[in-house]
Amino acid sequence: MNKTLMSGNHVIGEASIRAGCHFYAGYPITPQNELTEYMSEHMRSNEGRVFIQAESEISAINMIAGAAAAGARVMTSSSSPGMSLKQEGISSMAACELPGVIVNIMRGGPGLGNIRPAQGDYFQATRGGGHGDYRTIVLAPATCQELADLTMDAFDFADKYRTPVMILADGMMGQMMEPVIFKKPTPRQYPEKFMLRGAGTGKSKFIRALLLDPIDAEEHNWKLARKYEVITKNETLCEEYNVEDADMVIVAYGTSARIAKGAIKRLRDNGMKVGLFRPITLWPFPEQKLRALSAKIKNFFVFELSTGQMLDDVRLALQGYAHIDFHGRPGGAVPTPAELTNVIARVYNKND
Amino acid sequence: MIFKAIFSGFGGQGVLMMGTSLAHGAMSNGYHVTFLPSYGAEIRGGTANCTVAIADEEIASPVASEPDYLVVMNAPSLFSFQNKVAAKGVIFLNSSIISERSSRSDVQAYAVPCGDIAQDLGNTRVANIIMMGAFIKKSGIVTPDIYLKSLESIMGGRKKGVAEINRKAFAAGFDYVKD
Repeated sequence: MNKTLMSGNHVIGEASIRAGCHFYAGYPITPQNELTEYMSEHMRSNEGRVFIQAESEISAINMIAGAAAAGARVMTSSSSPGMSLKQEGISSMAACELPGVIVNIMRGGPGLGNIRPAQGDYFQATRGGGHGDYRTIVLAPATCQELADLTMDAFDFADKYRTPVMILADGMMGQMMEPVIFKKPTPRQYPEKFMLRGAGTGKSKFIRALLLDPIDAEEHNWKLARKYEVITKNETLCEEYNVEDADMVIVAYGTSARIAKGAIKRLRDNGMKVGLFRPITLWPFPEQKLRALSAKIKNFFVFELSTGQMLDDVRLALQGYAHIDFHGRPGGAVPTPAELTNVIARVYNKND
Repeated sequence: MIFKAIFSGFGGQGVLMMGTSLAHGAMSNGYHVTFLPSYGAEIRGGTANCTVAIADEEIASPVASEPDYLVVMNAPSLFSFQNKVAAKGVIFLNSSIISERSSRSDVQAYAVPCGDIAQDLGNTRVANIIMMGAFIKKSGIVTPDIYLKSLESIMGGRKKGVAEINRKAFAAGFDYVKD
């Protein structure tokens, strides 16, 4: 199999096209512009595919909702401020049980912030983001190869659970080039009964989220909640790295997990036994697997490009069974492995 | 083993091409690679730079806090990055337009007049490839053959003459720096 050197944004585009993405709508914003650009060029060279540069992020999310209702494989993408605009549409897709892939290449916030890599949208992504009782599956790749694999998986998760799935990466992941190999996508399995294809001579179908009768709406909410329980039970993904003999485990995802791996090499060279726990699904959070580590390991260190958001999930998972330290660099600042090494070495020796 | 290199210059001097072609060559040679461009609200005539990491194991961070190699195509890049270079690192500078020299005494520096050489070859746009000739010779990260093959595959469907002038330019840079 041939390796291709591609930037993260292009990898997502290529993987989605190979996975059969049929309809893409987006609106430009740095640092994900190259994804929209890639789709504009490559969707048209595949027959029957549709690319639309929407007039706004809100239009783009509602366009993919419509196309998903009609049975298409759909994707949209944006970066932090644009994702805020999409939230109503995501809530609506979750309520209507419409499958779709939503890509957030995070940048510094809040507000317009800046265009450097950041991880400040963790709460927005994992807590639903929009209004109402719903969840979105959130995938957090750390390499271009994982971007390729998880983009394809995202479409399958979306269809399997009829729910929007988010790919949460950051400006570094979007801009960086790495060699990738594209796997063979699995054929789509999505029953026609969920698609609006025109009633013909049959009974008319509706897809809607306006449920004025509170008993109906309550029942719908519990139905969604049961679905989210199944996802939580079956679909957590994580990577454990050097945890077997570790005295301390760093918990980090995406770009910060890469920086942490660099720090771990340096720390181990200096005799400090540090490992990494990297959640790949941020929702559902791999709570059980993290808690299992706390049977042996009593010191955890959360590292994020934010002021501490995933930190909440780590606390919930560890339930006070272990000590937790935190280091964060919000607003687009990206530390080097050397800086993180120094910070962790201080804490490691203090806890020792 | 891990090498990191920063390429920097004016937008338009082909510094991103220098980085991608090196990354591609190293990938063809079986190495792990990352390529990270500077991106942002850049202005025309502003600086562009990229960082390439090459290793025989998984690369943690694509950022170079202490690059082993620095290639600068204009003077502002020299001032921005020279103090980041690791001790015993190597700096390549485009002496056609950079009159200053590195203030570091603990690094090896090569002044390559790649702009002038390009002019002699009749195409000022190949200055970056001339510099890559010098870079590949001194770094030895990949062989000239692999590098040139990668360059051709990146340039893809461009005109046939391009591959030829690139080969000439590469050879000129390669021969300029002495063994």
